[in-house]
Amino acid sequence: MNPFSSGTRLSDMIRAIRASKTAAEERAVVRKECAAIRASINENDQDYRHRDLAKLMFIHMLGYPTHFGQMECLKLIASPGFPEKRIGYLGLMLLLDERQEVLMLVTNSLKQDLNHTNQYIVGLALCALGNICSAEMARDLAPEVERLLQFRDPNIRKKAALCAIRIIRKVPDLSENFINPSAALLKEKHHGVLITGVHLCTEICKVSSEALEYFRKKCTEGLVKTLRDIANSPYSPEYDVAGITDPFLHIRLLKLLRVLGQGDAEASDCMNDILAQVASKTESNKNAGNAILYECVQTIMSIEENGGLRVLAINILGKFLSNRDNNIRYVALNMLMRSLTVDSQAVQRHRATILECVKDSDASIQKRALELIYLLVNENNVKPLAKELIEYLEVSEQDFKGDLTAKICSIVEKFAPEKIWYIDQMLKVLSEAGTYVKEDVWHALIVVITNAPDLHGYTVRALYRALHTSFEQETLVRVAIWCIGEYADLLVNNAGMLDLEDPITVTESDAVDVVETAIKHHTSDVTTKAMSLIALLKISSRFPSCSERVKSIIGQNKGSFVLELQQRSLEFSSVIQKHQNIRSALVERMPVLDEATFSGRRAGSLPAAVSTSGKSPLSIPNGVAKAAPAPLVDLLDLGSNDTPAPTSSSNNFLQDLLGVDLTQPSAQPGAMQPSKAGADILMDLLSIGTPAPVQNGSANGDLLSIQDNNAPIASMNTISSTSPTAPSSMMDLLDGFGPTPPKSEDKSAAYPSIVAFESSSLKIEFNFTKQSKNPQTIDIVANFINLTPSVYTDFLFQAAVPKFLQLHLDPASSNSLPANGNIKQTMRVTNSQQGKKPIVMRMRVAYKINGKDVLEEGQINNFPRGL
Amino acid sequence: MIHFVLLVSRQGKVRLTKWYSPYAQKERSKVIRELSGVILNRGPKLCNFVEWRGYKVVYKRYASLYFCMCIDQEDNELEVLEIIHHYVEILDRYFGSVCELDLIFNFHKAYYILDELLIAGELQESSKKTVARIISAQDQLVEVAKEEASSISNIIAQATK
Repeated sequence: MNPFSSGTRLSDMIRAIRASKTAAEERAVVRKECAAIRASINENDQDYRHRDLAKLMFIHMLGYPTHFGQMECLKLIASPGFPEKRIGYLGLMLLLDERQEVLMLVTNSLKQDLNHTNQYIVGLALCALGNICSAEMARDLAPEVERLLQFRDPNIRKKAALCAIRIIRKVPDLSENFINPSAALLKEKHHGVLITGVHLCTEICKVSSEALEYFRKKCTEGLVKTLRDIANSPYSPEYDVAGITDPFLHIRLLKLLRVLGQGDAEASDCMNDILAQVASKTESNKNAGNAILYECVQTIMSIEENGGLRVLAINILGKFLSNRDNNIRYVALNMLMRSLTVDSQAVQRHRATILECVKDSDASIQKRALELIYLLVNENNVKPLAKELIEYLEVSEQDFKGDLTAKICSIVEKFAPEKIWYIDQMLKVLSEAGTYVKEDVWHALIVVITNAPDLHGYTVRALYRALHTSFEQETLVRVAIWCIGEYADLLVNNAGMLDLEDPITVTESDAVDVVETAIKHHTSDVTTKAMSLIALLKISSRFPSCSERVKSIIGQNKGSFVLELQQRSLEFSSVIQKHQNIRSALVERMPVLDEATFSGRRAGSLPAAVSTSGKSPLSIPNGVAKAAPAPLVDLLDLGSNDTPAPTSSSNNFLQDLLGVDLTQPSAQPGAMQPSKAGADILMDLLSIGTPAPVQNGSANGDLLSIQDNNAPIASMNTISSTSPTAPSSMMDLLDGFGPTPPKSEDKSAAYPSIVAFESSSLKIEFNFTKQSKNPQTIDIVANFINLTPSVYTDFLFQAAVPKFLQLHLDPASSNSLPANGNIKQTMRVTNSQQGKKPIVMRMRVAYKINGKDVLEEGQINNFPRGL
Repeated sequence: MIHFVLLVSRQGKVRLTKWYSPYAQKERSKVIRELSGVILNRGPKLCNFVEWRGYKVVYKRYASLYFCMCIDQEDNELEVLEIIHHYVEILDRYFGSVCELDLIFNFHKAYYILDELLIAGELQESSKKTVARIISAQDQLVEVAKEEASSISNIIAQATK
């Protein structure tokens, strides 16, 4: 036998762990024990297996890893004796959860134990199944559980019912199988079975509307009777809790009745009497009674309307709300929140009490109450409620201020009857809890201020006053600084004085003083300081007399370590110093910000009024060059299925192009060899309504091919005449990329020029310039050279590239090619696979010689490497 | 439904954890740390409910131990307080005025009792007497098995003398 494993007993180990004075000591003990347990596991020691597992469970509870013991659980479960199974199942539930694959191994043992002759072993298996079964196990073992719902011993039936709940939660489809057995459970006398049976029915109703209908028809009356019996039952010591017989059963019955009554007048009617009895007769001086009342109120508020009952329920909530027990007040607030949709008038009646709860010392109650108040605010009561809340803001605890501030701001913004009131309230919030005000909120405030021209003077003076008392409130300082910068003149000359205002005298240097304080204050951060610098610049233009002083203050930041401040300081200094003439124009008042746009954008980007620094929801529109290639590619893709694959020779290509109409077998699409992607696309391009005006002689010197081509060309001409618009629209598309002026051609090209195409009549040369900032993009200047003594008119060059390339064609320098002369055209190719795939291009040139159409085509694949 | 049951001492030591919803091991320790931080710091007169990650945690202190249960938003908090009390009363009867030490050294017994009270995060039995009866019947089974084992080993010992 292993010398370690017989060492310590469970209690010795616990004692040793408890005796450890430091965490390190405890770890050492645990390490030693774990080593011993591992050793014992390796020995496959039977005698001490259950003791090892018990130790492991304790170690697990302390938070140490114990995965190596998982298989031991399975071994213990598989052993025949009850004590081993008991500890094995306990370990299984503790050390594993439903997501571990080991669990699959236990399914078989569970199945055997569910059919065991010893009912306690069946109980153990049911318990484990109910606590950790996965969807898979639920499917495998549902029939066993279903059978056990009719087991002779009630203790097994109740366990099976709870297992069924777990199974339904995992696999709702299985609920059908449990409808009938669970309905049978409702007639039981045993409280345990009744409690679990009622609960099972409730769960089934949640997942299956059929079952709900069934229970509603068959069981409502029986349940009402059961509830009446239990409510009226005389004292029974076994189930008594504080003078009430089995509150747990009460609550479960009320829950099921709620589900059955919801949305069904008949069922609701059936339970009215008993609900009234429970609501009025239940003792409310103990927690158990209140728990029942609470459940009963919920049921009354959920089932179909019955005026008298609702009044009763609301009265109970009123009583709850004024209870001295915090728990009761908490649930009352909770319940009022739920009742809001049913009867908001009744909830409004308790407004004053709820407002008191916001000021409670208990954070849970505060939070609930604040949320409820928030829902209760409307246009009529916003003024008094906001006043109360803002007053409370002064004395509330730090932890709560964030929540409270957010809610106040939201209320004030949403329901403000007039702008001046909104500004006043916001000023109060800012001076009281400015640090908690989110960025979008004070941004919104500034938008509102700019939109109220008659309040500019009033606002800036109020802010000026507020600033003197609360310099610690960052956001207040920011708003004030912004307003002083904008409206400094109104501050000094008391313009737009309202009747209610006390006049104040502010000199120009006072205004500068305030901003100077802000910039130097220790709590100001970069944003505030930067805003202050702008304000100073604006003041310097509004009050030229202060200009020198402003300059010196701004100058102090020239050496700031923060780039933003340093830059502003330097730039503003030079504006003041050297650019007097443009300064006033530069720092004019901000244009009025559009309120609608702002709030719209805010709503879009901030669904729940969460703080974000004004992120623009608008994405920057893509450049034309980027957006346009997509339709081009689409266009090129048209009809790619029936496109014959071209070969590289231009003669054959031409045939292929026309091959759709050719009778020659070689032109059959199916017989063609596969081609390169680049070629395909150009083919596609050309296959859409090609005009196919081929000039016989010039392109194909070969007489035979001319003859070959004669017939199809004729037919092609007739076809193409029906769709003469296609090529032109394509040209529009290509032209539509924007008239970028052609680049100067003679840049020193890093790549050699190539002859892209040469026929007896036409030569095309390509010159390349790589854009240094974007190595994927190449500027190509095509030089078209006329090799004949006749003039080419209506000259048009078209090109197409595979999808990994993007092509941008500028207009050619001319559309007529003089005899023996040349013209140029610039294009830009972006190779998204640069370095991996070479550039390939298909091109087509169309022109007229003496009014006769000529078409030349080819594939260019001699581009320099690495482009 | 009850998502988990947690027993923590005043010092923040875990005395019992039972998970009815899947939580990974790491998550479990995080939950325990987070909750014991919140709950142990609450004053004595405050309400017994804490809102936490969209759930509610109902807790109650008995002597040096905090009994916590995490439930859904729409569950009946007051009832859960009753369930906690129900459990404590059963423990009290079983151990004879239970104390923290009982639960440390007989933690598995505390689990057995909890398993007779809750399955799948739902209440199973409202009668304390029934729970006590089932537990003692099972303890009896274990005793019988032990005796058998020792008598067998005695017989073997005597036979091999």
